Amino acid sequence: MDADATEPIRQRVLAAAGRGSPVRIIGGSTKQFYGREVPGEPLNMAAHRGIIAYDPAELVLTARAGTPLAQIEATLSQSGQCMPFEPPHFGSTATLGGAIACGIAGPARAYAGAAKDFVLGVTLMNGEGQSLRFGGQVMKNVAGYDVARTVVGSLGSLGLLMDVSMKVMPRAPQSATRVFELGAQAALRQMSEWAQQPSCISATCWVDGRLFVRLSGSDAAIQTAAARMGGEAHAAGGEFWSAVREQSHAFFGGAEELIRVAVPALCAPQTFSGECLMEWGGSQRWLRNRSDIEAVRAAARSAGGFATRFRTRDRSGDVFEPVPAAQMRLQKTLKAVFDPRAIFNRGRLHAEL
Amino acid sequence: MALIDELRRALKRQAVLTAREACVAFECDALTAHRQIPDIVVLPESVEEVQAVLRICRAHGVPVVTRGAGTGLSGGAKPVAGGVLLVLSKLNRILELDPLRRIARLQPGATNLSISNAARPFGLFYAPDPSSQIACTIGGNVAENSGGVHCLKYGLTFNNVLQVKILTIEGEALTIGNEMQETCGLELLALLTGSEGMLGVIVEVMVKLVPRPERTELLLAAFDDIARCAEAVAAIIAAGIIPAGLEMMDAMTIKAAESFAHCGYPADANALLLCELDGVSADVDWQILRVSELLRTLGATLVRQAADAAERDRMWSGRKSAFPAVAKLAPDYYCMDGTIPRRRLSEVLAQIAALSQQYGLPIANVFHAGDGNLHPLILFDAGKQGELHRAEELGADVLGLCVAAGGTVTGEHGVGIEKLGPMCLQFNADELNAFHAIKAAFDPAGLLNPGKAVPTLARCADYGALHVHQGKMPHAHLPRF
Repeated sequence: MDADATEPIRQRVLAAAGRGSPVRIIGGSTKQFYGREVPGEPLNMAAHRGIIAYDPAELVLTARAGTPLAQIEATLSQSGQCMPFEPPHFGSTATLGGAIACGIAGPARAYAGAAKDFVLGVTLMNGEGQSLRFGGQVMKNVAGYDVARTVVGSLGSLGLLMDVSMKVMPRAPQSATRVFELGAQAALRQMSEWAQQPSCISATCWVDGRLFVRLSGSDAAIQTAAARMGGEAHAAGGEFWSAVREQSHAFFGGAEELIRVAVPALCAPQTFSGECLMEWGGSQRWLRNRSDIEAVRAAARSAGGFATRFRTRDRSGDVFEPVPAAQMRLQKTLKAVFDPRAIFNRGRLHAEL
Repeated sequence: MALIDELRRALKRQAVLTAREACVAFECDALTAHRQIPDIVVLPESVEEVQAVLRICRAHGVPVVTRGAGTGLSGGAKPVAGGVLLVLSKLNRILELDPLRRIARLQPGATNLSISNAARPFGLFYAPDPSSQIACTIGGNVAENSGGVHCLKYGLTFNNVLQVKILTIEGEALTIGNEMQETCGLELLALLTGSEGMLGVIVEVMVKLVPRPERTELLLAAFDDIARCAEAVAAIIAAGIIPAGLEMMDAMTIKAAESFAHCGYPADANALLLCELDGVSADVDWQILRVSELLRTLGATLVRQAADAAERDRMWSGRKSAFPAVAKLAPDYYCMDGTIPRRRLSEVLAQIAALSQQYGLPIANVFHAGDGNLHPLILFDAGKQGELHRAEELGADVLGLCVAAGGTVTGEHGVGIEKLGPMCLQFNADELNAFHAIKAAFDPAGLLNPGKAVPTLARCADYGALHVHQGKMPHAHLPRF
């Protein structure tokens, strides 16, 4: 199953570049809904797969882009380690390349870091079929501009992610979930108070008038924290966090429009009306079935944040927050550095890229 | 001169220095072997003044080198002949510190330590702590993506910066990043962090503050064999423990540190490990037990836990004064900065020792063992004919070893002018061309810190001619084991 498909992929890239015809990058087809509609022939990365290097004592894993996330998680789990940013799978075929290109993180993000915090190095195939290595396979590396972290969340707009080296971490020995009956405003205040103290909180989620808090660490640490914080024990914590991460929680069910808002954590709940699920201490908020994206964007902007049409029927307009003109000029120039003929995922992130 | 007149009109008169005796103070950063007295030094006191300086320099086509406190170790702030040295040390205010949001907003010249000092009353701190933290500035930290002893657990500067405001060479203001540290569009904050003043001038930084740990403990372990010490490092991490700091020293450094700082190190040890554990108290409890047990099992000849904060400070003092301590052993020393995969530690140390013998220059080793970041200190005497050059050659060879072992030529000090040659070992022509194109995207005229951070292909051709013989890998003459 594991195979290095660099050469056939390179041939596809050279052919596409020769014709100047765009390609649509596909991994496990689990996140195709995300971002703007893309023209072009599909370029499937799933055959380029396999873990290239992993030594638990190094805390570094390198794998080809098409490697299933499930395979990576199973391998890490055998050594008691994990990807701390808890990338959502959204399906059993999800790949590492897709997770990094989308840059989406799960419930632990506010406490453990985002995908970009764990990427150490990448091999990127540019629009001329050259394999370029950026970053490295070591913890600290400041040689050259940090292209490896720049491609995280770029949705394939700079080039093909061929392989990724990332920092992995030990999994906490134990986890437990506490639940509190709290209104949205009180929940935000409570999470902010906790965040100012040392704690073993590893995830927070507020939905339907209840605040869920995951504690991770040794048994003793969890018990101490639980006694201090109060709340009730939630027996099905594992299932709950998995459902939030994978958006299989009832909140997400049947939503045709799902807006993701990133705002400073203390942003007042009434800034956004309608059904809302809050994560990450309040800095990630999901809004269900609101179609007035412009109003949401204006509210998010005035609070110092931004809004994304995470799942939407209309993928032709601005799915992501529009970028100011000066920055867009820069982003277009950067795209051209790597993809001069604009063949990769044309317009997936922004119409101009 | 029109340029100087324009600068004097834009800034306070005393903020533009041109007299040689005033400019000489800025002739180098902490890479003191390379000096260039700047022709013009400007010390703006506001962002508007920085903007004016950039617009004037852009109009005149004059290069601009930005400098913070000048503590950089790779010559990144070395002045460029015929250019303007833009010193941001007067922009040193903390603009905002909000314990509720756990953020601090800073002018670029604010010192690293001033952030943690200001956050202390709220039980918070700014995590990255380069050894120069008392003097180095946050702007410089972002420009170099600085590390420190607590990186493995708390991350590098990149992981702790939320937003930066930059001015382009055109004087245009861009705000990159946001309070949530979430990517919006392309992740330009990653590109700017560690860009060594090549892409823009940082005029404001917002950083993340984190709660001070509930408890901190320090273990010291001595070994009679450096390989066994390296094994212990791997074993601690494989056991699922991420220490806040994990520092190693070799025999020469231990002796030097002990006689310098009288910190209670066993002077006859061949390797010494400092392992700092922090977190919530209940977690530190089991980690202390587990690490002590591992250290003993793996052959530590001594394992000691600091009894209190005073002893902890004393045990750290040796490590923290390792560079000045080693400096006492010779008239000059040259500090290197490579990172390698940890499993190659003993092997690379042996190769470094072989190079040291071959060049006839002693090397002391201290390193951030947790993340494989080596700081070999090459001892030499610049007063002796050719010895500086030999030290630099030796240093470049050490970095070549790091690349050959799968590592990098710089873990945290940056490339500057110092590692332009070794960069050619780590990156090929296509990759270097991509770097030059990124630079041109931000700074088409190439006026910001020209000649730093990324070597030209011509330079690499020269370097290759020196370092690769008959198509063989560098250092093919060295034994591999």
